[in-house]
Amino acid sequence: MSEGLTYIAYIFSALLFILALAGLSKQETAKLGCYSGVAGMAIALLATFTKADGAGAVCIIIVAMLIGAVVGLFAARKVQMTQMPELIACLHSFVGLCAVLVGFNTFLELDGVFDVAAGITNAVHMEETGELGIHLGEIFIGVFIGAVTFTGSIIAYGKLNGTYKLRIFKSAPLVLPANHWINLGAIIVCFLLMIWFLNGGVEASAAPLFIMTVIALAFGVNLVVAIGGADMPVVISMLNSYSGWAAAASGFMLDNDLLIVTGALVGSSGAILSYIMCKAMNRSFISVIAGGFGNAPAAKEDKDYGEYHEMKVADVAELLKNSSSVIIAPGYGMAVAQAQNAVATLVERLQARGIEVRFAIHPVAGRLPGHMNVLLAEAKVPYDIVLEMDEINDDFENTDTVLVIGANDTVNPAAAEDPSSPIAGMPVLTVWKAHNVVVFKRSMNPGYAGVQNPLFFKDNTSMCFGDAKKTVEEIDALL
Amino acid sequence: MLIGIPKESLSGETRVAATPDTVAKLAKLGFDVQVQSGAGADASFTDAAYEEAGAKVVTPKDVWGSDIIFKVNAPNDDEIGFMKEGQILVSFIRPAQNQELVEKLNAKKVTVMAMDMVPRISRAQSMDALSSTANISGYRAVVEAAHAFGRFFTGQVTAAGKVPPAKVLVIGAGVAGLAAIGTAHSLGAVVRAFDTREVVADQIKSMGGEFLRLDYKEEGKDSSDGYAKVMSEGYIKAEMELFAKQCKDVDIIITTAAIPGKKSPLLITKEMVASMKSGSVIVDMAAAGGGNCAATVPGEVITTDNGVKVIGYTDLASRLPAQSSQLYSTNLVNLAKLLCKNKDGKVDLNFDDVVIRNMTVTRDGEVTFPPPKISVSAAPAAQKPAEAPKVEVHKVSPVLKWGCAALAVLCFILIGAFAPTAFLPHFTVFVLAVVVGYYVVWNVTHSLHTPLMSVTNAISGIIVVGAMEQVHTSGGSVVAAILAFIGTVIVSVNIFGGFAVTRRMLGMFRKQGK
Repeated sequence: MSEGLTYIAYIFSALLFILALAGLSKQETAKLGCYSGVAGMAIALLATFTKADGAGAVCIIIVAMLIGAVVGLFAARKVQMTQMPELIACLHSFVGLCAVLVGFNTFLELDGVFDVAAGITNAVHMEETGELGIHLGEIFIGVFIGAVTFTGSIIAYGKLNGTYKLRIFKSAPLVLPANHWINLGAIIVCFLLMIWFLNGGVEASAAPLFIMTVIALAFGVNLVVAIGGADMPVVISMLNSYSGWAAAASGFMLDNDLLIVTGALVGSSGAILSYIMCKAMNRSFISVIAGGFGNAPAAKEDKDYGEYHEMKVADVAELLKNSSSVIIAPGYGMAVAQAQNAVATLVERLQARGIEVRFAIHPVAGRLPGHMNVLLAEAKVPYDIVLEMDEINDDFENTDTVLVIGANDTVNPAAAEDPSSPIAGMPVLTVWKAHNVVVFKRSMNPGYAGVQNPLFFKDNTSMCFGDAKKTVEEIDALL
Repeated sequence: MLIGIPKESLSGETRVAATPDTVAKLAKLGFDVQVQSGAGADASFTDAAYEEAGAKVVTPKDVWGSDIIFKVNAPNDDEIGFMKEGQILVSFIRPAQNQELVEKLNAKKVTVMAMDMVPRISRAQSMDALSSTANISGYRAVVEAAHAFGRFFTGQVTAAGKVPPAKVLVIGAGVAGLAAIGTAHSLGAVVRAFDTREVVADQIKSMGGEFLRLDYKEEGKDSSDGYAKVMSEGYIKAEMELFAKQCKDVDIIITTAAIPGKKSPLLITKEMVASMKSGSVIVDMAAAGGGNCAATVPGEVITTDNGVKVIGYTDLASRLPAQSSQLYSTNLVNLAKLLCKNKDGKVDLNFDDVVIRNMTVTRDGEVTFPPPKISVSAAPAAQKPAEAPKVEVHKVSPVLKWGCAALAVLCFILIGAFAPTAFLPHFTVFVLAVVVGYYVVWNVTHSLHTPLMSVTNAISGIIVVGAMEQVHTSGGSVVAAILAFIGTVIVSVNIFGGFAVTRRMLGMFRKQGK
């Protein structure tokens, strides 16, 4: 295939990728969007095959892809929806790693022969056309972003998985002394290395590239290790963004516009998601990335919140029977307890009794943007009764009963009422405005932000202690 | 506890304080309900229907022995005679006008809650019987007017000639006034409305009325108790001039200016009535308090010498008994919910609750009327509201903003100056793609953010294109080929895994009923 046709094919796939993202704007078009993404990828791969270095290379590529496909499809089939954040983090790390590999390869190719007759290498040719400097710069930056994404994502994966014993994979943040200075130092050293690398010109040495890679890998680890488990939605979106920029950087070094477009799309997508998440927590992006919030142990306050009321399962069931409208506010705790199917059954039972049931989803509920929606969808809860915070916040006043299942900070009235609270100003679900609130919780321990929740002590709030899944199942049985 | 629903004794009263529907709701709250035989007959609710809903149908004597009495009108002397110490009575009382009645009930040590004393705050709206009754009365006032009015409301052009639309003036745009405006408008009339409160202009417009404005400035017109306040002399003069002018023009006037506990203000004088066209109709909804019109005879319809009909019914709501009973009894159920938070059928008269405090007229032999003043949340309060917690907005200072912009421009200039021309087309593509991505991603619905991440994961696997090009079998370095191979393998995981898991997730989202 001619160069031109390949180029056109790439334009097509770039357009299809844009359509894939555009399709996700609505539930109805989302599937179509996914398919156009697949189509775009297929076109891009076919076009690239024609550029491959002979039949042998094609065979190797096919073998490599088959291995990848088997692993990928297997993982996609097996993954639990509660494990989606881990899977996504894992996939991010692959993009990062690949960006590093491609970067190194591009560097190695510089020594390749450009013109046998003249006996010059690619590097010498580029030197003549004046492109060498920027090319080396692209390689350097691409490898840097790739390496940071790679290790950062691996740490995020470990933290989300939570089963690894290693300290760096623990949910609690691990902050080195003078952490910010270490990070800053790492960036400065990398910058100096880049100057060294670029000055090498045709004879550019691999040493600065290697040293930088090692530093970048450590930098990625340190960056994510310092961030607590509750901030993972931001971290995941941020790494999503990085993986995009890494792909874009590879596009620059390979002179491939398709890579640049795709990388830019993914990069801005991740950046926007991070912004939305930060906004939902009323935090600045810098403070999340630099780590800090929730790191200092929350000041022990002796404020007397009063008594909380406990409610037995049978009473909760009775309360629900007598309600005409119910809103369920789920949080990550629901996912941890794997209670979503029991909750879905509860919804069916209540709807069968003619009770209006809706869900209120806070933007940062879960460990991934939109995570709760996916979990509820898996449990076959129709998406049109699952509403966002802004859509439903005004309706709490007219609601008989609100069930808070495994959510804490996202329903904390202190954010709206107490200016001295660490989470003051964070937009929250105003569940306390409903006539009755039942909170399903294991104990009275505070949430991730380490802030006590005055909601639990309100007159119209009752606590229903126990494992959310078991409790909800018991209520199901009583309805 | 046992709730009793007696039959209303007031002549002409057709309403009842509970319907079969609300009896069931009271039972859910843990109350037992007994209904006097024939209580709902005038409102078309049969004894059998009450029994089916779970109530006991009993004799008058039994019903007055209940722990709690729900009624529409205040009890008469005979009925007070049946009452006993410790009983709770909930009905319309009008304690300001009926001090004697309050004394009598207090002497019996009956706890009295007045449904006309529900404070006008948002939380108490579901119990506000005055509003729910006013709504019905406003509707009925228009229906009565239409009945007495010898012509169409709506304008028509027919083969037999043109019929002009009726012109209706509604004075006072409270709940009743607004209901009247809406009803008259939907019948096709041209509706004008006046109110001393400028703030209701939009509400009048929303119901289809035209707001008549006075060219007179008055300070502090919005009162904090939810009712219009008494105006200055100059204002009233200007107002009367406006009415006098309107009287000559309109066909129907509906007045709603009732002040709780006071005589209704006189708005339509004898002279104004005399200036109206023959066949015109005035419905005076404030007749119970003496009337807004000089010609009004409370409870009756009279025709003046110049042929104007003045309707002074005081029982407009009772003229729609089924609806009125349903709404009023729902107000009572909502009150019961407030009194009985635990749904165990026990009443807790919590005086810390302003709604309960305000409504309670007597308690345990002590008159608790008038209640301490409370301010309505809806009206703009004179004092500053309590300092709301400041939402921390991460405002970017203008210096930083312009600094960033300048930096960006500088970067672009540097790139333009030093980068080789071959780089620039790629850079163009990059910048444009970022912009496209920005707009496309902002449109993604929040609930699909997880699929968004997995699909971006899959498409960022496009980096495989780079790796594929670097797979060599001949020439080039072996290390490079191996690295490229590894790269291809792992990114393929991304591509296939990413798309597959996205498809799986999207397959789970389903709409209600599918």
